Amino acid sequence: MKGMTVIVKTVSSWTKVLIFLFGIYIVFFGHLTPGGGFAGGVILACSYVLLLLAYGREFAEKNLSLGTASKFDCAGALFFAAIALAGFLYGSAGFFYNFIQQQYLAGHNTAFKLVSAGIIPLANIAIGFKVGASLFMIVILLSAFRPEMSGREKE
Amino acid sequence: MMIFYILLLFMIIACLIAVQTDNLLSSIICVGAVGTIGSLMFLFLFAPDIAITQVVVEVLALVVMIRVTISRDVTFITGDRELFGTVASIVIILVIFLAGIEVFRTLPAFGVPVFSQFSNAASQTYITEGLPKTGAANIIAAIILDYRGYDTLGEATVLFTSIIGATVILRKETRKTQERSQ
Repeated sequence: MKGMTVIVKTVSSWTKVLIFLFGIYIVFFGHLTPGGGFAGGVILACSYVLLLLAYGREFAEKNLSLGTASKFDCAGALFFAAIALAGFLYGSAGFFYNFIQQQYLAGHNTAFKLVSAGIIPLANIAIGFKVGASLFMIVILLSAFRPEMSGREKE
Repeated sequence: MMIFYILLLFMIIACLIAVQTDNLLSSIICVGAVGTIGSLMFLFLFAPDIAITQVVVEVLALVVMIRVTISRDVTFITGDRELFGTVASIVIILVIFLAGIEVFRTLPAFGVPVFSQFSNAASQTYITEGLPKTGAANIIAAIILDYRGYDTLGEATVLFTSIIGATVILRKETRKTQERSQ
């Protein structure tokens, strides 16, 4: 599939940047405004899906290959688990202890500021990476999957 | 309140069209209409977090489904319905409908949440102590990533596992064909 017409390609090359930026905003401000890691990650994946639909699969895979996407996926999941496990370093509260908020930000008045809420923004970023990469992988795999190309007919 | 009934009516009509139509593409479009109206209703119920997630996931799922149906060239469904299956499904739907009416009688009135009837409910604690204890202005983020972080970890694990399964099943070349070509 070579992609769509020149009009679609031009318009989507402008709008994909804005969609990506909006996804980053949703992820980073997840602890202040509606949204969060999951919704922001899906928007990030949507900008790449727009690329995939307008330019074809080869171009999108050149931008973000399956291997890179799966590395982002695993890195996001590992980072989220590491944030959860890092609570064990700070006392007996343990798993998912919000150590940044309780140890470093407790005395300051950080409400409604970007740097607040301790581990929540970090966990949002990790989930955003994870969800974005994994949903992009799903779309690539489903659009590339051809049942008639498998095994038997190649012989 | 009136707007909810109008939206619900649209939703039911879209569901019926999605089930009854022969054209697969228009069926998918009707499913998209159902999701969009659902996200609108979440918005009117002051739940913008769920509304954003709903509409975004709906768009992505629709793109995938349209891409899959169009590229397969199977845009029409054919075949007759069996009599026994139709009767059985109608009976089951009727039973669920009657049970649902009975259950709805026990629910509190619309707009009166259950946790407001108990002074020591967990949600009261989240609302009053969420901002000072976690520092997150968005109370939803405070709940899903701090108070209930374990749930979110499980959800992320489910997504991770399903992606692994999809990657293994949907790969282009199986190990057998790779070995054969060498």
